[in-house]
Amino acid sequence: MSGAAALLTLRVNGDPVEVAAPPHWTLLEVLRYRLDLIGSKQGCDKGDCGACTVQIDGVPALACLTLAINAQGRSVTTVEALGQGPVHPLLDAFDRHNAAQCGFCTPGILMAAEALLRERRAPVSRSEAATALAGNLCRCTGYTKILDAVVDASEVLSRGTGATAGEPEGGAHG
Amino acid sequence: MADGARDPSDSPEEVGGEPCDLPEAPEEARREPWVLGKIHRKVDAMERMRGITRYTDDLKLPGMLHARILRSPHAHAKILGIDASAALAMPGVFGVVTGQDFKIPYGIIPWTPDENALAVDKVCHVGDGVACVAAVDEDTAIAACRAIKVEYEPLRAFFDPEEALKSRDKALTINPYSRKGNLSKHVRLEFGDVDGLLDGSDVVIEGEYFFEGTTHGAIEPHCAVALVEPNGILTVWSATQVSHYLHRELAKVLQLPPHRIRVIQPPLGGAFGGKSEPFDLEFCVAKLALQTGRPVKLLYTREEVFYSHRGRHPMKMRYRTGFRRDGTITAVDAKTILDGGAYSSFGLVTTYYSGQLLCAPYNFQAYRFDSTRAYTNKPACGPKRGHGSVQPRFAIEIQLDKAAVALGIDPIELRRQNDIGPGTRTVNEFKVGSNGFQECLTRVEDASGWKTRRPALPYGQGLGIAGSTYISGTNYPIYPNEMPQAAVQICLDRSGRARIFSGANDIGQGSNTMLAVIVAEELGIPLDDIRVLSADTDLCPVDLGAYSSRITLMVGNACLEAAQRLRRKVCESVARRWQVPRRRVVLAGRMAIDGQDPDRHVSSAQAFQWAEADHGLLGEVGSYNTPKDRHGDYRGGTIGASPAYSFTAHLAEVEVDAETGVVVVKKIWVAHDCGKALSRRIVEGQIEGSTYMGFGEALMEEHVVDPAHGGVHAGPSLLDYRMPTFTDTPEIAAMIVEAGDENGPYGAKEAGEGPLHSSIPAIANAIYDAVGIRLDRIPFSPPRVLAALRERAAREARGELPPHKPGPAPQGGAA
Repeated sequence: MSGAAALLTLRVNGDPVEVAAPPHWTLLEVLRYRLDLIGSKQGCDKGDCGACTVQIDGVPALACLTLAINAQGRSVTTVEALGQGPVHPLLDAFDRHNAAQCGFCTPGILMAAEALLRERRAPVSRSEAATALAGNLCRCTGYTKILDAVVDASEVLSRGTGATAGEPEGGAHG
Repeated sequence: MADGARDPSDSPEEVGGEPCDLPEAPEEARREPWVLGKIHRKVDAMERMRGITRYTDDLKLPGMLHARILRSPHAHAKILGIDASAALAMPGVFGVVTGQDFKIPYGIIPWTPDENALAVDKVCHVGDGVACVAAVDEDTAIAACRAIKVEYEPLRAFFDPEEALKSRDKALTINPYSRKGNLSKHVRLEFGDVDGLLDGSDVVIEGEYFFEGTTHGAIEPHCAVALVEPNGILTVWSATQVSHYLHRELAKVLQLPPHRIRVIQPPLGGAFGGKSEPFDLEFCVAKLALQTGRPVKLLYTREEVFYSHRGRHPMKMRYRTGFRRDGTITAVDAKTILDGGAYSSFGLVTTYYSGQLLCAPYNFQAYRFDSTRAYTNKPACGPKRGHGSVQPRFAIEIQLDKAAVALGIDPIELRRQNDIGPGTRTVNEFKVGSNGFQECLTRVEDASGWKTRRPALPYGQGLGIAGSTYISGTNYPIYPNEMPQAAVQICLDRSGRARIFSGANDIGQGSNTMLAVIVAEELGIPLDDIRVLSADTDLCPVDLGAYSSRITLMVGNACLEAAQRLRRKVCESVARRWQVPRRRVVLAGRMAIDGQDPDRHVSSAQAFQWAEADHGLLGEVGSYNTPKDRHGDYRGGTIGASPAYSFTAHLAEVEVDAETGVVVVKKIWVAHDCGKALSRRIVEGQIEGSTYMGFGEALMEEHVVDPAHGGVHAGPSLLDYRMPTFTDTPEIAAMIVEAGDENGPYGAKEAGEGPLHSSIPAIANAIYDAVGIRLDRIPFSPPRVLAALRERAAREARGELPPHKPGPAPQGGAA
């Protein structure tokens, strides 16, 4: 049913990738089904929830609304890249603030938040963060702890230390 | 005091207190909590955030087929025939199943098995499953579904519960298994002399309320994968919050013995009650895997999630509440119609809950409720966070607010003076233990500046209060049995680590972390050294599931019992080697420490090795069953009884634009009595998430089908079903109140559902305070607000009402 596959050449999380996929497939399908990058989630498949948010050339994009062939020759970054190497201050802040409950929307929120913090390079306010993340739904948290974490991470990043902004009392890991 | 519950007055001085002359003490050395009640990183959050965790749809098995369900376009129709031959002939199609393959009905409540995995002879709502195809990929399965010919004979459909109840035509009975027409359940219970007390009341408030249906909206759609191994063992992975009940129903419908089935709940992407019973997809993938011999996966589209629903029942409620002049509540008389949709789901329980859970936090001298659940041709309703009691809470809290105005009493004072208090029984005979409601009220009152700010707020701005209560698990399991309601197994190994095996479903609420916190606290090892294996019916003890806010209390107690048994063994082995009494040994900080000589200590690994040398492999189990003295002695008197009740107060601040009807909630203060907060920030997260969800129901969300278009859903997408975004959601100030309960582990009660209830009426009451209108139906949309403002303005113009309060005059009102 899929028709002739199209051969795509792109960069994913810094690596050159060649992948064949049906021409009507979305970037989300290619990431999840061909490359097994499962961090980007399918919540609605219509661009309503933001759980599939990735970055294309550094700009947040909805992978479920992006045809994979439109990523030809471009650089795609998924949450898996954020999770490589030393713990990213955003991940650390989300972890300390319990900003992820079920965690299903979190990868998309992290990718949108990372773009905001990288662009701003300064502490952000709660309302700035809320505006930047308005395209991402979370059903668990009521958003409070996510905003706590994004603001906290923006302060850590703008100090340039990359260190955590103080462990929760009682020690981070118990 | 229950086994394992610690006296909160334990002082650190007691650590290492000299117990030599005492007989074997039941408790080990006591100390300040070293992990408990603090802030923790969750045991599984980092891997979820990094994209490592495999949720159900992230599973991929060799040779896996993809399934899709063909769904009914009719709200009510007979199935005259299904011809799947063209679909089966398509290349890449491996199997088709229909209702003929699933003739055994099931239902989450054993007394009401009234649905089939796929429709057998008739469809009962738009979206009812009719056939399921397994194919080489999703596109092929979709095309094959289109090739299936179904012949329907449409029947008159009912979208209004009262219309459905009126129908006497057997041919129009919606549910194929119903023996009482379109009546799904009726409950009428009366306690005390309601009519006499109402007659003798100084003020009787009468009101009619309508709570619109709302749905869960978990971001992860339902998904299931099935695999049959060569020896015939069937494994089903499912995004469920009730793996044990799914296990039972799979065995029943597929007619397989339970020991031939394994159910695994992978990490879950939210649930809120929406995944708390079996769904068609689980039966379909299992049957198709058995039929084709290949693994099969089915992922719902978002549209299917909306049509599967099982969300909050629309309820039409008529309330009469009597008061004495001093504000004392005399009697409450409630009559409720529940719109159940096509199937029972949890409806029997919902019908009881719509009345039974109302009898706290306020004392009623007499109470009557009459609740009727009707079948309608809509997606079935079921449990959503705060099951069954969010709707009546909306009604009663507005009733109280109306009474406060009528009696000239401060609305917080009115609630305070009717508080049922701790250590008491409700009018419907439920035993209430701890109760922190007074403190909840005071906390939100103080934090919001209620006393000084409320009288000063101009027209258009207002503050509103509401209170509520909820259960920490139900006292009896869904199917009657004498076995424990919760059980946990813990193993320690010689590297100093612990493994927890628990059947409990972590649905994002953090129950795995809760268990790890208990084990860390008892065994002195950090959360990093604890692995939690949960919700796998082959590996874990049975747990009944993540519903009715039961896990912290029940599974927590079971875990605490097992952990304390292990602690005793470890302390004993260390004490023997140090030749000190066992009570001197303290486990904390990845060490065993001599409480009287803290310089003497060994690593946890060493302590565990000594214990393993003494006892063999270190493993213990713990079980929990509820105390049986909590309920009423009448038919239905067990439903809604709980070992412990949480309490909540919400205080909302709103701004109402009288020109547009737009309500902006500026801030919600919420104080929740969760007993003991085992992990503070996780508890806050539950309070915030619940409050947000109630806010969405109050202002935005409507799960409705459109009768004018044959019963299709009015907006089955996350765009059209409007859930609050980052920018919609108000600031939420969550406050934890800790009235420890003797039945909870360390005193803990629930936090996941209670803090939803009163956020909705608090907003309604704040809107009244702002502009003087009563909104007795949700959601409080701008057209409804405007209509109510116009009505009030007209009454003011006729001299029936004085202006509500000073401030800028309402615009465009009376015209």
